[in-house]
Amino acid sequence: MEHRLKTPIHEEEIRRLRVGDIVYLNGTLITARDEAHRRALEMHARGEMPPVSFRGNGVFHCGPIVKRVGGEWRVVAAGPTTSSRMEIFEDRFIEAFRPAMIIGKGGMGDRTVRACSEYACVYGAFTGGAALLAAEGIKGVREVHWLEELGMPECLWVFEVEDFGPLIITIDAHGRNLTREAMERVASRKEAIIASLGG
Amino acid sequence: MSSLEKVLEDTAVELLRRASTELRQEYVEALRGALETCEGSVGRSQLEAIVRNIELARRRSEPICQDTGIIGFIARIGEDFPIRAGLRDILVRATRRATEEIPLRPNAVDLFRGNTGDNVGVEVPILHIELVEGDELELTALPKGGGSSNVAAHSMITPGLGIMGVKRFVVEAVARAGSLGCPPYFIGVGIGGTEDYCMLLAKKALLRPFRVRSPDPNIAALEEELLERVNELGIGVMGLGEGPTALDLHVEVAARHPATMPVGVVMSCWALRHASARVTREGRASFL
Repeated sequence: MEHRLKTPIHEEEIRRLRVGDIVYLNGTLITARDEAHRRALEMHARGEMPPVSFRGNGVFHCGPIVKRVGGEWRVVAAGPTTSSRMEIFEDRFIEAFRPAMIIGKGGMGDRTVRACSEYACVYGAFTGGAALLAAEGIKGVREVHWLEELGMPECLWVFEVEDFGPLIITIDAHGRNLTREAMERVASRKEAIIASLGG
Repeated sequence: MSSLEKVLEDTAVELLRRASTELRQEYVEALRGALETCEGSVGRSQLEAIVRNIELARRRSEPICQDTGIIGFIARIGEDFPIRAGLRDILVRATRRATEEIPLRPNAVDLFRGNTGDNVGVEVPILHIELVEGDELELTALPKGGGSSNVAAHSMITPGLGIMGVKRFVVEAVARAGSLGCPPYFIGVGIGGTEDYCMLLAKKALLRPFRVRSPDPNIAALEEELLERVNELGIGVMGLGEGPTALDLHVEVAARHPATMPVGVVMSCWALRHASARVTREGRASFL
């Protein structure tokens, strides 16, 4: 099924999504990678708030190329990065900041799946490497935070997006993980291939 | 700056531009072919996005992927080519310029000081130099993205396992890479040499022309078999289980110590980015 969603996305809209669905996102999408996750969680632990609210918004595992053109930021290329690196943070991140959707590539693990079920969040996979296609859906940069400290790929870019996608839901809020199911099939085929090699 | 230095700098900038914005035609055709034969709708949606993205990049001369990689060059310097040790400084200048002009994402991170902001850092751009006969320079730009670098694999296999052990390790390495490095992959396998050298062989294996087999019939047969085996894994485009897992696989070998069997596996995402040029000692550049 195809869905067009607008942020802030409500819990019931998230719970309606199922793995394999395709989503186009409208509204606020905030980039956060390894360093931004770590820093936001450290602030949360100290009782401080990060400079932007993730609640009901999309979080994008992305380190974009952004260029300053006449006082304005222009997003040149903004594809997803490998999400599994954020697995060590994401369940705590979802619990603390309640984003509606995590977007990245390559899928995530059990901890994220549990947090998605518990706090009504989904994981949407964007085609890895399709950075210009992604940039087409980004209509503007509303804010940027931590640019000085973390640099262009790691800082928080707050994007305004329009029909950003296609995003394939590979983790839904009901405990399913499409990538993991595919990788389990790969693992069993691998055993068969290894056995056929002998030794 | 001499005029030859200027030609080299401009050529290196252009190589980085070509490598990051254009895929070689034979890779694009292979991806289009995969789209035509892919039956699943999820796999098709991913291949469609890839093909559209490649067209956008070429049309706008903008990077295919926002991860424009850590910058590396391979230089084959003719022994009568006038610039040798000075090449590093020229490539550093070219890297800074390319970062600004194309633009490339700054990807050189200092261990303690963070992102350098211009893709230049300690030992970066990474430079491999080979001295060859003649009076020309052949320069290859080979930027390498982080996602597919993280799934590289290395093992010192028990030599007694022989070629079977090598096959097993390659299949395991690709299975472990799974969805993480943006498949369909291009795979380079290096066998023999030493623990470090097999990785360089694997990296260089990526540069051999698409679907051209090794001239050694034993190695060519190994390439065919491994390519078939890794595709049987069924990882599929973006690890979603549909479409090809690997588009090509090359093996390069070196002799080994009798007590060791070093194996390196280097993977490239679907966007296998590299570009080469030849520069004569008079300063004429031709792109290959």
